Amino acid sequence: MHPAFSVIFLTTLIGAGQGLFLALYTGQLYSLAQLLPVQSEYFYALGSIFALALLVAGLVASVFHLGRPERAWRAATQWRSSWLSREVIALPAAMGLILLYGLFHYLGWTNPLFVVSATLPVDITLIVGALATLASFVLFLCTAMIYASLRFIKAWHSPLTVANFLFLGIASGFMLAAALSAYMGTELVAFYGTWAVIATLLGGVSRGSSLYRNSRFRCKVDMQSALGVHHAQLHQKAQGFMGGSFNTREFFHGKSDAFLLMLRYLFLLMVFVLPVLLILFAYLLESSRLPVAAFVIQYIGLVMERYHFFTEARHPQNLYYQSMA
Amino acid sequence: MLDPTAHSDSDMGRIEVKETTCYMCACRCGIRVTLRDGEVRYIEGNPDHPLNKGVICAKGSSGIMKQYSPARLTRPLLRKPGAERGASEFEEISWERAFEIMEERLGGIRAEDPKKFALFTGRDQMQALTGMFAKQFGTPNYAAHGGFCSVNMAAGLIYTIGGSFWEFGGPDLERSKLFIMIGTAEDHHSNPMKIALADFKRRGGRFISINPIRTGYSAIADEWVPIKPGTDGALLLAIIRELIQTGLYDREFLIKYTNAAELVVDDPQRDDHGLFRRFETHIEEGCFDPENKLWWDRELDREISTHTPGTDPRLLGSFTLEDGTPVKPAMQLLKERVEEYTPEWAEDITGIPAGTIRRLAHEMGVVARDQKIELPIQWTDSWGNEHDSVTGNPVSFHAMRGLAAHSNGFQTIRALGILMTILGTIDRPGGFRHKAPFPRPIPPCPKPPRGPQGVQPNTPLDGMPLGWPAKPDDLFVDGAGEAVRIDKAFSWEYPLSVHGLMHNVITNAWRGDPYKIDTLLLFMANMAWNSSMNTESVREMLRDRDENGEYKIPFIIVADAFQSETVAFADLVLPDTSYLERHDAMSMLDRPISEYDGPVDSVRIPVVEPRGDCKPFQEVLIELGSRLGLPAFVKGDGSRKFRNYPDFVTNYETSPGSGIGFLAGWRGKGGEKFLKGEPNPRQWEMYKENGCVYHYELPRSYQYMRNWNQGYLEWARYHGMTRYVEPITLHLYSEVLQRFRLAAQGKLPGKQPPERLRKRVAEHFDPLPFYTAPLEHKLVDTHHYPINALTQRPMAMYHSWDSQNAWLRQIHTHNYLFVNPKLGEACGFGDGEWIWVESPTSKVRCMARFTEAVEPGTVWTWNAIGKAAGAWGLSPRANESQKGFLLNHLIAEELPPCEAGDHMSNSDPVTGQAAWFDVRVRLYPAGAEEPKQTSPQFEPMKRLPGQESRRGKWQGYFAGRFRRKKEK
Amino acid sequence: MTQLALVIDLNVCVGCHACVTSCKEWNTSGWAGPMTDLRPYDADPSGTFFNRVQTYEAGVFPHTETYHFPKSCLHCEDPPCVPVCPTGASYKREDNGVVLVDYDKCIGCKYCAWACPYGAREIDEKQRVMKKCTLCIDRITDLTLAESQRKPACVLACPTNARLFGDVHDSNSAVSVAIREEGGYQLQPEWGTKPANHYLPRRKTRIQIHEDELVRADNPLKKEQLPTPEAGETLDDVAW
Repeated sequence: MHPAFSVIFLTTLIGAGQGLFLALYTGQLYSLAQLLPVQSEYFYALGSIFALALLVAGLVASVFHLGRPERAWRAATQWRSSWLSREVIALPAAMGLILLYGLFHYLGWTNPLFVVSATLPVDITLIVGALATLASFVLFLCTAMIYASLRFIKAWHSPLTVANFLFLGIASGFMLAAALSAYMGTELVAFYGTWAVIATLLGGVSRGSSLYRNSRFRCKVDMQSALGVHHAQLHQKAQGFMGGSFNTREFFHGKSDAFLLMLRYLFLLMVFVLPVLLILFAYLLESSRLPVAAFVIQYIGLVMERYHFFTEARHPQNLYYQSMA
Repeated sequence: MLDPTAHSDSDMGRIEVKETTCYMCACRCGIRVTLRDGEVRYIEGNPDHPLNKGVICAKGSSGIMKQYSPARLTRPLLRKPGAERGASEFEEISWERAFEIMEERLGGIRAEDPKKFALFTGRDQMQALTGMFAKQFGTPNYAAHGGFCSVNMAAGLIYTIGGSFWEFGGPDLERSKLFIMIGTAEDHHSNPMKIALADFKRRGGRFISINPIRTGYSAIADEWVPIKPGTDGALLLAIIRELIQTGLYDREFLIKYTNAAELVVDDPQRDDHGLFRRFETHIEEGCFDPENKLWWDRELDREISTHTPGTDPRLLGSFTLEDGTPVKPAMQLLKERVEEYTPEWAEDITGIPAGTIRRLAHEMGVVARDQKIELPIQWTDSWGNEHDSVTGNPVSFHAMRGLAAHSNGFQTIRALGILMTILGTIDRPGGFRHKAPFPRPIPPCPKPPRGPQGVQPNTPLDGMPLGWPAKPDDLFVDGAGEAVRIDKAFSWEYPLSVHGLMHNVITNAWRGDPYKIDTLLLFMANMAWNSSMNTESVREMLRDRDENGEYKIPFIIVADAFQSETVAFADLVLPDTSYLERHDAMSMLDRPISEYDGPVDSVRIPVVEPRGDCKPFQEVLIELGSRLGLPAFVKGDGSRKFRNYPDFVTNYETSPGSGIGFLAGWRGKGGEKFLKGEPNPRQWEMYKENGCVYHYELPRSYQYMRNWNQGYLEWARYHGMTRYVEPITLHLYSEVLQRFRLAAQGKLPGKQPPERLRKRVAEHFDPLPFYTAPLEHKLVDTHHYPINALTQRPMAMYHSWDSQNAWLRQIHTHNYLFVNPKLGEACGFGDGEWIWVESPTSKVRCMARFTEAVEPGTVWTWNAIGKAAGAWGLSPRANESQKGFLLNHLIAEELPPCEAGDHMSNSDPVTGQAAWFDVRVRLYPAGAEEPKQTSPQFEPMKRLPGQESRRGKWQGYFAGRFRRKKEK
Repeated sequence: MTQLALVIDLNVCVGCHACVTSCKEWNTSGWAGPMTDLRPYDADPSGTFFNRVQTYEAGVFPHTETYHFPKSCLHCEDPPCVPVCPTGASYKREDNGVVLVDYDKCIGCKYCAWACPYGAREIDEKQRVMKKCTLCIDRITDLTLAESQRKPACVLACPTNARLFGDVHDSNSAVSVAIREEGGYQLQPEWGTKPANHYLPRRKTRIQIHEDELVRADNPLKKEQLPTPEAGETLDDVAW
């Protein structure tokens, strides 16, 4: 597939946004459990604004993918059958809930509404946060399923796709949370950093698995099945046009194997290796800058990873577009 | 959105439906044109048309993009004073000014020496008019594109069976069982062949394709027999040999209907050696083949008049006549001729295994003999024998340029005609069928002028510009035996060049050989590009100057509808109309669209208004003819005779009161007659009411065996189609050719070839087919240039000269050289790489595409996809000029100097057919540092005045809104 | 339920592209139009087409087969492009099974094209909506046209009649008969998309010549055997 930058930015930005929110909420839960010191409302509000900003940026990026963005509202109608439609619902839902979450923190509406089991004070932010968490996970699922549900694209048609979107989104979000904490001088750097490293490593396992899987399978259909001509040596001579078409532009990346190999090593380094090392150094050096660097490097790496994700996908329609004459 | 089922397309605007005839190629299908608010909504096949029965091809369906093409010329143009020819610097002028220029110039030429005016036309469908104009003007220098197209196919078969393929006749696939297509470049001809071929395959017919390349029709063949180019003659002769050896020929057919049993004088010492022995009877001078010849009666064991009732002659043997003359039946001579042509011999030449050749012969022979067709149709032959049925041998053939475009093509095609003849398949069900006005006498009657005296100032030409020589005295030569025509047609160089040699006009005129001309008028012929060989040089010749600084070809007029490459070289440009804007007649006087079952002709009637100031070329000729006072165009008092072209078509008669005119249908005062009858003032209306086509279906008993069908021949004479009710005996043995050979051997009194040509004429005018390698292959170093290079016109572009067509050019935007992978690897390059193709003439750089569907000693490309930069309304960056290429640059228009002369055309020595397919090349990779661009490149052609400014990035055609939107 | 479809006969398709441009011609000025062309007279022209004819080669010289392969939307019975559409613009008609796009609802997200394994959809880059073969829905349902004309433009144009059109659910229709009797098949059947369009395979006609057909009673050479010499010795005269 031809890597679509609008979609690359959409998925990486909202992934980080969702992850960041999840980091905030996780932090809140930890502090509720008194495992972490209580943070200021300002921290949550600011974090939410960051998360929201990422989601909005993702949304804006996605608009560039659409031929007719002015009709985008129609995309919410087919949630019964279309993961894309579901994403279109889940994304604003998550955005709205995160907005409320941040707003309520900002407004300081943290007086417990009720107390569960005499130990757990439940305030409105906790409820909205839980809903937003649910929305975020649903959004991860929807976004990933847009790709994972395409059974013709074997590279994507795998639970690993969902795992990758989830872990890598969470990793980048926690990484950003660590960076924010470091930047704001809170003491949560180690907490977020640790979780970011854990998510990164999980993502490393799942992404590594998908890379391994994708390097080994053969496409279910071949030229013989595509034409219904069962001859061992079957080659296309002419695809019926010569100036290119949607079929040649949308489904081919046109990149060399060497470039893709380099890209793969680079994103593996930037998404998985460097951020983990930087967080480690940040521990050791107690640096407030290295977590920021870790996030930035990982995010850039994720853009490459997503680019690579598209190039991994071999669409069966490409069987019909091999040669021109 | 509007539910598509809830409305009708016809609600979207003001709809009109008009019928006319397509002109996107020379096929001439009937079309229905739907207009919406005056713009072309849809062009579809006319279901009631006999030719295409409702279907339409890729080109026909793209007519809209031709109509609204930005390459259209809309104003008469005159080269700017001082501007270089070829620089595309023009100024708009009025038609009146254009006519004044032509009237003055051509009037002067006509009064002085009419042959200094040359009129050559391309793929036009109005040769009846253009040829007549030339004759009336008095110039012999006229021809259409046939000489570089397929004249070998026309001449080779017409001189053998009195008809040929395509417009002239074709395979009866409706009843055929075995169909062999040999040497057909992709799609020649188009829709009727496609319709018939598909039906044939569905009925279970067996289709064999013999071709170096497997594309197009060959793709669906049951068997592909790859063959080396130019060797088809060897294959056909080996098949003929096998059929004779195994006795798989139709003896009865050969005896009754061919000259196979007729006795030929067989004594090389005698002057009449090789001529039929004729007995003395008074024979009216005519262009038929008199029946005063002899058979050898097997019972009486002596000679006897042919067709003596109750006689069974011998086909084979060697006999001595009563007067001591040694004779042999023509069939015996054929048998002796093919003796050496064994399948093993042919295998070496053609690359086809001997076993395959034998099997092909056996398949043909056995199907012909064992699957005979008998139709319960009564008919009477020329000798008065009544037949209760029409029988046929269901083996049929189709061939075209693959055979024709070689310098040995004429004899190859003679061999094909003879193969079809010995199988007994001529004008019989399941075999080859004629189309009216064929069969015609062998050869047909019209003759060129006999000498320079035929060209006189202010006088129509004495003879036809194009004709059918039957003997040396019919040649158009001067006292020294040299050419009178600028293209040297009908000279000893190319005696039977019945379609002329358009491909040599520019070279000859530039060299002044045989003389200089003044004005060259080109209509619809892209001589500065894909219609010329050695194109780069020809472009130079067009703008070359003599020592006085004058152009060597002083004045060039180009009439065309589009900004072709040739337009740049014009001094005067006449903008022609599109086919949707004009009247036309697909006339019985030219090449009508007849069917096997009877004559058909058709017309075009305008469906839209002409664009800008463009004017149909016919109107130009009629205006010019009237202004110049050419006899056929003016009344006795010199005043104009015809108002316009439609008026001309209605009222013109070949001679006063002849009743024969351009259109065969609805003649007579009230339209009650056909073929022959007084002019009918309502003839156009009647064509219009009938889908623009006239189809006369012959009675069933006249539909077969027409060469010898008394009823048919009488009918044809009655209706003015033929002059004689004489049988048209098939020329298995060609006495016509032998006459030329005898002259070359000094044995026939009358016109004699110049010494340099005696050997050539004697060799090639063999009365029996023979195989010899193409001329160029004998004159160039075939070890240095080991590869054959061919072109084919793709179906989606074929004959439609249409790279500017926005839809079609997306299918073929640029071209590759197709190369067998083994050859490519041997030459050191890979699939898709840039390579050089070099011939003795020139070299081109292009891209290679590997294909397993080509014989490894052959490379090929799609023809005329490559364009010169900026031509045809295309951007100079367009793929056509940057990645597309023209193979023509590699093809020599003249042979290397040889015994026959220093400037012999690269053509068949019999017919002058351009030998496009003889070119030899070598291949090597282009350097990595070289530009990824085809070579040669030319200075981009400029946009012409009156031509639409270039279209933008987007074009969305929607009928009824397209031009309106543009005008906003 | 009716399922309209094309049956394409690869046995007779000669690759002439008539179906390609007749489709463009009808549809550019019809319900689905205009079908815009990008750079129509410049480098790399690239327009919207609903139907393409491709060329393939099988085998190695001299045993090469050349295939011409027309390809357009297959109007799957279980079209994967329809459920993925987020707006409902892609739909399959209940009445005749034709898969269509409502251009007023399409947001041009291209997701349907991703979901089609056949590459049957092309975005119109000017109108920025997805387009595809409509089976000439505005012809085949237009009752103002004569019945013989209520067929897709490509079917009417095809010079080799390689495109049959009809209801594949009607077992008596010409298309069903052709599928049944000529070995009609679907493309990429592995996916279970059940394309309604079918293809008919190449079929070869061969002739077997037997030896006894070459040694013939009617061999005309027998008639040409030379007459008995009138004089001269024979074995009869010299043998004892």
